[in-house]
This record gives sequence, C-alpha cells and structure tokens, in this order.
Amino acid sequence: MIRKIVYSIFLATIVLALVMFFAAYPFGKNKMTVGEYYLNNGVAQTGASNIVTSVVVDYRGFDTLGEVSVLFGAAAGVAILFFVLAENRRERKNITSPNFVVKVGSRIIFPFILLFGTYIFIHGHLTPGGGFQGGSIIASGFLLLYLAYPGTRVSRKKLSAVEGLAGLTFVLLGLYGLMLPESSFLFNFLPKGQLNALLSAGILPIIYIAIGFKVAAEFAGIVDDMMCEVICRGGEK
Amino acid sequence: MIYISWILIILMLILAVVSIQLKNLIAAVVAMGATSLIISLLFLLLQAPDVAMAEASIGAALTMIIYIIGVRETERSEK
Repeated sequence: MIRKIVYSIFLATIVLALVMFFAAYPFGKNKMTVGEYYLNNGVAQTGASNIVTSVVVDYRGFDTLGEVSVLFGAAAGVAILFFVLAENRRERKNITSPNFVVKVGSRIIFPFILLFGTYIFIHGHLTPGGGFQGGSIIASGFLLLYLAYPGTRVSRKKLSAVEGLAGLTFVLLGLYGLMLPESSFLFNFLPKGQLNALLSAGILPIIYIAIGFKVAAEFAGIVDDMMCEVICRGGEK
Repeated sequence: MIYISWILIILMLILAVVSIQLKNLIAAVVAMGATSLIISLLFLLLQAPDVAMAEASIGAALTMIIYIIGVRETERSEK
C-alpha cells in the first residue's frame, strides 16, 4: 500500500516536471542559434554541399571518432562473447537449405547492394547518406549472402585488416591537422575545390570513405559471429 | 501529405502494440521490423533522409536478424 503511494507520488512529480519543462518552450519553434550558423556558413567553410555531412565530419569530427570507437567496442564485445560460447558448443543442428529463388536472387542482387552502399559513402558530402549508412547497407548485403548460402565465411583476418586500416586513416588524418600551423585536430587541410564536384570539401570524402569501410567491416564481423553461432556449431574449434 | 503521416503514425503505433502482444516470437520480431520500416518512412517525410537510410538498414534489417537468431536459439513462443 505504502509502495503504491510512493510510486504515485513519484509518477506525479515526473509528469509535473515534464509539463512544466515543455510549457516553457513553444512546440516547433527554433530555440538554438547554432543551426542557423551552420546553414549560413557551412557551405563556405567546409565546401560540402550536404550540410549534415559538414556538421558530422567537420564541425563535430571528434564526436564522430568517438562514435566509431563505440561501434568498435560493441563489435569487439560480441566477438568476445561468442568466442567464449564457442568453447561449449552443442551438436550441430540440421539447417534447412534455402530455396532456389533466394539462392539465385541473392547472387544477382549482391553486387548491386555493394555498388549502392559504395555509392552512398563516396557521395556522402554531396547527397544524403554517408559512411554509416553506406557501411550498414554493405553489411546487409553480406547478411543476405549468409542467409542464402549457409556455411559461407568472410575471412576474419581480412575484416580486421580493413577495419584497422580505416580507423588508422581517420586518426592519422586528424593528427596531421595538429602538425599544421593552424593546428586543430581534424583540420581540413586539403583544398575545398568546386562546390558539388566529386573531389571537393577537402578531407571530408576521405574520412567518410574510411568510416564506410570501418562500419561495413564491423557489422559484417557481428553478422559473421552471430550466423556462425547458429550454423557452424560443432564444426571448427 | 499530412494525412499520409497520420496514417503512418497510427499504423506504427498499432504494429508496436502488436509486437508486444504477440505470443509467436518470430511474428513479433517481424512486426518490430515493420515498425522500424514505418519509422524510416516517417523520417523521410520529415526531410531527414540520412536518418531514414540508417534506420531502414540497421533497424529493419540487421536488428531483425539478430533478434531472429536469438529466438531461434531459445524458445519460439512465449508461455
């Protein structure tokens, strides 16, 4: 009984606080000035026609490095968990073979998914999308391959090499900015180029390509761990 | 255009409740994937194509497969 009263008081306090908080701000009105600053100066300062990319990679580039590191930590955690589970695997289950349409269809559509993902992260500074979106699209292509042909494995050593090289590119480009006279981490030292050209916006496309490879390798690694837990149980040790 | 988003929002809420209530867990996971697909359509209508792409590929494809593998390894239906 007392517990219920305490809960109701707690809930009422939260609802009251939320109502008071949201009453102070009119819905849908612009409360910040930093967004307008990006809209007015973003194209001139970074040379990228996609403002979202100029914020994510240039103004907030350090945050993006942290985000990529969090993703790396998550992928490493999944790998460690399934490595421990692999010690006591049970008997192999019977996997029903996928039907003909899935096999042939996935073989036809897989290169186009790779091409689409690559297009998205190469054009990240021009059109919507970027490294994270393109990388996850490529990883979903690998997922399709795993579903259609149970037993395929992507080489983990190659995935780790791609992931490490991409991360190293990102960090080294950032550190090179520190050595220049202007001296800031992830300083955009390459020429801006012409607006809307593929080779423009300085180091932004290079960083987004690195992020695309890194995210694709990480997600493909997670998918590989999970599918292997189902399919190659009792197989390799 | 505003009517389309209202229909999508109502459909999204129905699917979210359905995915909680279903006893068959595979069906519940499919309902959850459909919810994220509708969320990504709503992001597109709100002029955030970047977020819509991430939601469609991660929320609707990769997360769904991870849940399906989890359901496959445990119980297929809720008691």
